[in-house]
Amino acid sequence: MAELRILYFAWLRERVGRAEETLALPTGITTVAALREHLIARGPAYAALAEPTVRVAINQAMAGPATAVGPGDEVAFFPPVTGG
Amino acid sequence: MARVAVQTAPFDVATELAALATGRHDVGGIGSFIGTVRDTAGGRQITAMTLEHYPGMTERALADIVAEAGRRWPLLGVTVIHRVGRLVPGEGIVLVLAASAHRAAALAATGFLIDWLKTRAPFWKREHFADGSTAWVEARAEDDAAAASWATTSRAES
Repeated sequence: MAELRILYFAWLRERVGRAEETLALPTGITTVAALREHLIARGPAYAALAEPTVRVAINQAMAGPATAVGPGDEVAFFPPVTGG
Repeated sequence: MARVAVQTAPFDVATELAALATGRHDVGGIGSFIGTVRDTAGGRQITAMTLEHYPGMTERALADIVAEAGRRWPLLGVTVIHRVGRLVPGEGIVLVLAASAHRAAALAATGFLIDWLKTRAPFWKREHFADGSTAWVEARAEDDAAAASWATTSRAES
């Protein structure tokens, strides 16, 4: 089955209310931007994903809106990093 | 030549310096940066800080940053240690060491490593205040500017 593992960090984790989840990849969702829209449409808990500062990584590498998303990918959403 | 670690335990600067330089005679200088926890933020007293990270991606991002430094400067050794978990004011958060035959490369690489780490490695800080409240630290535009400044800097001469 075509599934994605989705991770949330920092205040996104708190606002979405979970650290991770598995999502059956919906037909037609092939990019980061489309996945983000799909998640936001799931309900109020996902509204935080609409924040313009939210960053995305696919398989632990930084990604942009047009980056491809496919079965088995690990997708992470998080705020701008603040280490150091 | 590179040591990258993400850990809850404190790091010991003398131990790490020795690990980088002991027994070598080609190293002419080691640049160092040690980030520590301040006790104030925006005028408010901080009692502790919690650092969260993205296990797996963090190590990968740090290795990528170290590799980029190695492409830009003739480095003989690099150490990057970043702590996670709960830290109190005065404690070390991050250690960056860069060894080279000459100081210019060692110092420049150290600056590059911490600037890129601050904007590219997936760590998030949460501050704990004296009144019991907490707040996630917001990314600073100055950090983005500092990291961006290296993108256009030409490769340093050895």
